Amino acid sequence: MFAQQLFNGLVTGSTYALIALGYTMVYGVLQLINFAHGEIYMTGAFAGLLLVTVAKLPFWLALPGAMLIASLVGVTVEFVAYRPLRRSSRLAVLISAIGMSIFLSNLGLWIFGPATRSFQPPFRVATLELAGIRTNTLSLLTLGLALAMMTGLHYVVTRTKLGKAMRAVAQDRDTAALMGISVNRTIAFTFAIGSALAAAAGVMVGMLFNAVTPTMGVMPGLKGFVSAVLGGIGSIPGAMVGGLVLGMAETIGVALLSSQWRDAIAFAILIVVLLSRPTGLLGRRLQEKV
Amino acid sequence: MIDYLDGLLRSAINPYYYGVLVTAGINIILVLSLNLVTGFTGQLHLGHAGFMAVGAYTAGILATAYKWTFYPALLAGGLAAAAVGLVVGLPTLRLRGDYLAIATLGFGEIVRITALNLNITGGPFGLRGIPRVTNLPLVVIAVVVTYVFLWSLVRSRFGRALVAIREDEVAAQAMGIETTRMKVTAFVVAAFFAGIAGGLFAYWFRYLNPSSFGFMVSIELLAMAVLGGLGNLLGSVLGASIITFLPELLRTTYPAIAERRLVFYGALLVLIMILRPNGLLGSSSESGWLEIWLRRRRRAATVAPEGPGAAPGGEPHGAA
Repeated sequence: MFAQQLFNGLVTGSTYALIALGYTMVYGVLQLINFAHGEIYMTGAFAGLLLVTVAKLPFWLALPGAMLIASLVGVTVEFVAYRPLRRSSRLAVLISAIGMSIFLSNLGLWIFGPATRSFQPPFRVATLELAGIRTNTLSLLTLGLALAMMTGLHYVVTRTKLGKAMRAVAQDRDTAALMGISVNRTIAFTFAIGSALAAAAGVMVGMLFNAVTPTMGVMPGLKGFVSAVLGGIGSIPGAMVGGLVLGMAETIGVALLSSQWRDAIAFAILIVVLLSRPTGLLGRRLQEKV
Repeated sequence: MIDYLDGLLRSAINPYYYGVLVTAGINIILVLSLNLVTGFTGQLHLGHAGFMAVGAYTAGILATAYKWTFYPALLAGGLAAAAVGLVVGLPTLRLRGDYLAIATLGFGEIVRITALNLNITGGPFGLRGIPRVTNLPLVVIAVVVTYVFLWSLVRSRFGRALVAIREDEVAAQAMGIETTRMKVTAFVVAAFFAGIAGGLFAYWFRYLNPSSFGFMVSIELLAMAVLGGLGNLLGSVLGASIITFLPELLRTTYPAIAERRLVFYGALLVLIMILRPNGLLGSSSESGWLEIWLRRRRRAATVAPEGPGAAPGGEPHGAA
């Protein structure tokens, strides 16, 4: 029973981790909480749903398609709402991010209406039992995809030129620019990658719960942020660990208490982490630079 | 005296617009107090509706279950909100600005969920049976008192300390300002006035429901403060008035726009930050594209005859 809960938590947690990565990468390069990230996740879920139901694409084409569309939206958000504010105060950028989040979720409500849409997986889902744990192919696919994407991201960040540029911009934007790195292009890439991961999470969660709504981004957005803070905001391995830990903590908490407390657990974890160890599990100590 | 004035006003104004004016007044008090935290101190606060809810429910419960009269109940609502502000502010205001935004957002939601689940608040059915005491003259008096109090506050030594924190917290600390204490004080004062506004709200609508205090209400208040101008009290009056009256005007002519106004608030927040972060009347040292463009044009107009090369290449945007 315990192993079953832990496994369920791992599946949910892997989607939190995918969302958390976008938060933490953007925070790394811009020191900005991208409030609109939850809405990018929602955009991804809708894009996936429409590609499957309207465009009749098979899953292995619909998923990359949804990721691509969400990337474009993410880069556009950055270009419209954040880039003009590169030299403004943090408050101004934060308000702009809040505005973008409100704009996108209400635009979604306007276009798609408030009703929940069903998202049937476009392939046959089989139930199976592994070492006493009941699961299905969809959950396993979610977990597998999430782990594969995180491995891929780790490779991109540590082994490629683009990843090197991202790390340089995160460390010191002005010095990176002096070294010939195109800061704006690197930031745009960061948004593209983060948005693609969030879209993948959106598509998988949409199918797991068989539900897609314009407001679906709010709670997972917050959970993704909590995961990023839990792992240490700005740290990519931290976001992965934070997401998995939060997912498992939630399912165990729900098993011990009741499902009404699911969302309260995330907030409680956030408050405890912020007050006791604001840099998170894997974050480095931050020093305020003058 | 107040009743006499109220009689005069009621005979002069159509009841629907009378109600809109009362709502506008309550919103002005909320936005003025939000501006103290977000505009003058520079701390993004996304849970102001939570303080309003604490004040409204405190006053409402005291009025219905304990038969308190109007003024003590209103004051108790303000004080309760201030006390909650202190409890929330002490730990969270030590955090950096962006964490504060999340913490206040969480706080606002926790207040709403609590109101939804307690018995004494009526839960999802809401709290009924509050007498209608609030009227337009009372709201106007409350607005004037709030305005004068905050006006003298931001012009005091304390107010200058808040602005110093907004412009550069590290530098302010180096100048000997106890930043956390100043921020918490500002937060508590803002919570008090939000609580008073909540009490006026309770005594006007006579019915309270948790959905009147959701996250979107906090966002709407933020949009009002940003439109009017962060760090400007007159701007808050202007912003709150515009955003209260505009949907009412559009409701009859363009109902589709009035219903979907949140889309426009979102776009408005982004646009103002880019074009003119000071809103209509703001006071921070930041300039947006609009100001930069105007300044360049003005300079180009005066410098132009002296030949090319005189126009400056980049314009400093204030402190980065």
